[in-house]
Amino acid sequence: MTISRSMALKLISALVLFGAWEIAGWVPVSYAFPTFLESMSALIRMALDGSLFVAYAETLKPLIVGIAISGTIGIAIGIWIGLSNWFDWLFSPIFIVMQSAPLAALIPLLVMVYGIGLTSKVFVVCIMAMPVIVLNTAGAVRNTPTNLIEMGTAFLATRFEVITRIIVPSASPVIFSGLRLGVSAGFIGAILAELKITPTGVGDIITFSRSIADYASMYAAIFSIIVLAVIFLNLLEKLEIYLFEGNVRGYASD
Amino acid sequence: MTIWGYRLPGMSSLLIWALLWEIVGRSGYSFFVPPLSDVVSTLIQVLPSPAFQKALYETGYAFLAGVFFAVVIGIPTGIFMGKNRLIDELLLPWVNIFLSAPLTALVPVLMVLFGFGMKSIIITTTLFAIWIIILNARAGVMQINRSLIDMANSFGASPWESFTKIYFWAALPEILGGVRIGIIRAVKGVIIGQLLISIVGFGALFELYSANFLMSHFWAVLIVLFAMAFTISEFLAYLERRVSYYAAKR
Amino acid sequence: MAMPQIKEAVAPAEPDIAVSTRNISKNYGDVEALKDLSLEFPRGQLTSLLGPSGCGKTTLLKIIAGLLEPTSGEVEVDGKAVTGPGEDRAFVFQDFALLPWASVLRNVAFGLELRGVAKSEREARAAKYINDVGLGGFENAFPHELSGGMRQRVGLARALSVDSQVLLMDEPFSAVDEQTRRKFQEDLLELVAVENKTFIFVTHSIEEAVYVSDQIAILLPRPSRVSEIIRPAGLRDKDVDNIRRDSEYLDIVDRIWASLRNYVE
Repeated sequence: MTISRSMALKLISALVLFGAWEIAGWVPVSYAFPTFLESMSALIRMALDGSLFVAYAETLKPLIVGIAISGTIGIAIGIWIGLSNWFDWLFSPIFIVMQSAPLAALIPLLVMVYGIGLTSKVFVVCIMAMPVIVLNTAGAVRNTPTNLIEMGTAFLATRFEVITRIIVPSASPVIFSGLRLGVSAGFIGAILAELKITPTGVGDIITFSRSIADYASMYAAIFSIIVLAVIFLNLLEKLEIYLFEGNVRGYASD
Repeated sequence: MTIWGYRLPGMSSLLIWALLWEIVGRSGYSFFVPPLSDVVSTLIQVLPSPAFQKALYETGYAFLAGVFFAVVIGIPTGIFMGKNRLIDELLLPWVNIFLSAPLTALVPVLMVLFGFGMKSIIITTTLFAIWIIILNARAGVMQINRSLIDMANSFGASPWESFTKIYFWAALPEILGGVRIGIIRAVKGVIIGQLLISIVGFGALFELYSANFLMSHFWAVLIVLFAMAFTISEFLAYLERRVSYYAAKR
Repeated sequence: MAMPQIKEAVAPAEPDIAVSTRNISKNYGDVEALKDLSLEFPRGQLTSLLGPSGCGKTTLLKIIAGLLEPTSGEVEVDGKAVTGPGEDRAFVFQDFALLPWASVLRNVAFGLELRGVAKSEREARAAKYINDVGLGGFENAFPHELSGGMRQRVGLARALSVDSQVLLMDEPFSAVDEQTRRKFQEDLLELVAVENKTFIFVTHSIEEAVYVSDQIAILLPRPSRVSEIIRPAGLRDKDVDNIRRDSEYLDIVDRIWASLRNYVE
């Protein structure tokens, strides 16, 4: 069996990093720095007694609800902004400001208004995920190749047909990647909500194990959420490439 | 947007939203939404107050320090990755992972390792900003026209000379693009860090205001923060447009 | 022997006019793109609009298609004034304008789809035209899998499948390579002979215009106007292989170049 060069290098670089982590834990660089193997055994322990899965069920709830809401509303608003100059003028500035603003600062306010329950956490995910979804969608709709719209018109498409059969399909790759970026921002929001608002799910494992100085469990939880997010986002990216392969390359006229 | 033949400036609709805010605030719809005029007058009081000045100073310090490290470490790393295939293959997977990873989860680790203070916030800021800077610098170097490098070699440029006279400049538009996105991310990072550590800067200020239900104060600080973030990002976009002229002509 | 028939269609002194433009002007702000332009396009023939870049030939074609509105003047197709795109005209785009997410079959059938033709029928008709343009077997391919020349065949099949009387072609061969273009030109001549359609063909290539046209309208820029109409008389009788050696062909090419050379920047 031969392993490709890039795969081998990935393995080597993972070994180097985790080895460095292990050694740094041996030294130790800090009383709060467990070794790699300690962290992994804590991870396996939590996976075996099921507590990890219970925690994830809790963490993913606001994430999924939030992404569903901001995806639906965000894409709808984005399409509208892309189609109407008037709507663009009215709404774009809000999302442009939101895009560059540190929206996390709204969290204390959300807690005051909506309490410490699921609603607030869903809101946090929404405000983090929404701007990039809206702006990507609007940009994609606005940048529909004019020749395709002209073609539709020349072959007698109604305005509605132009939107549903030309503009939306042609914008979907960029809309989808906006959705992916939204999910990425949503992960940040979901974890932020659990750490800042009330410790539940994975945030609870992190906070609780820190308070009882069980650092191995804390590192294990953080490791697992990062791995989960990265795997999930990579899968989305694969799906995106699979779904829209021809779309991206097909525009060129040569 | 044009109306009766006049072109309305891009951001002018914010005035309408401000007006709406004022109306909603005056109607007493919600305790949490005071009228904009109250917020603005509070803003004028808050700006010179020592608490605000201190928060601004602390935040600015952490932000600048974080961005400084991200730029100083990120750009050379990215350039080396672009030049050297082995380094690139070893590091790229990690850069990609951290680019999309929820870095908020790392803040608790930073807190136990580096304490509940400035150091942790600066590192959070750097972590938010650095990956995209590395990636863009790498992309910038990788797209450099091969013949530029051959040209430098044929005139006998030393590695250091080709690094400072060719690679950096040829990759500059991409590098600046990365720095711009990195800085926008750093703004978010510095605030997230302060919120989670919450005894310094604006994090502490938000805690104080929300604990005492000082809504106007809260909104005033929020506006200042958002306005500053927006200004920074627009200013960087402006700078980027200034160099993009030669990006198009390469 | 199809050729003599074509010759007869050209011969009458009062040719049957399929499309006519009357006093068309088009202004973009202060810029006059077209000024008071009148032209007639005989039925069953191919008319080229030829001129240097910026002479407004594509603008005129899009006005005929109903994609642009003239500032003043009007277009008539079969005696009816044009108010927008219609079933009587089909357009072939310079950059093909294929839907990148749709297969060749759906792309070709797209015009019929928009006319509300049932799926099975429109796919059968599309399949026929895909065969006609020589793309049989590529029905399920996607545009990015095709070469530039094949993509334009898809665009052509799409325009043919809606069976419009008038075919508007906007520099259809300019984005394909030289050899493919020659093949296209030969195929186009055959198409004009076989299909009783009116072709309006925009090009910036003098040789191409002379090779394929029954009638060449030379447009000059700023503001755009018709400077000359040339009707090659004897070329249609020639075999496709001999046209480029014909003395009339060479004379007309030279004559057009002489009148255009002053306008080339």
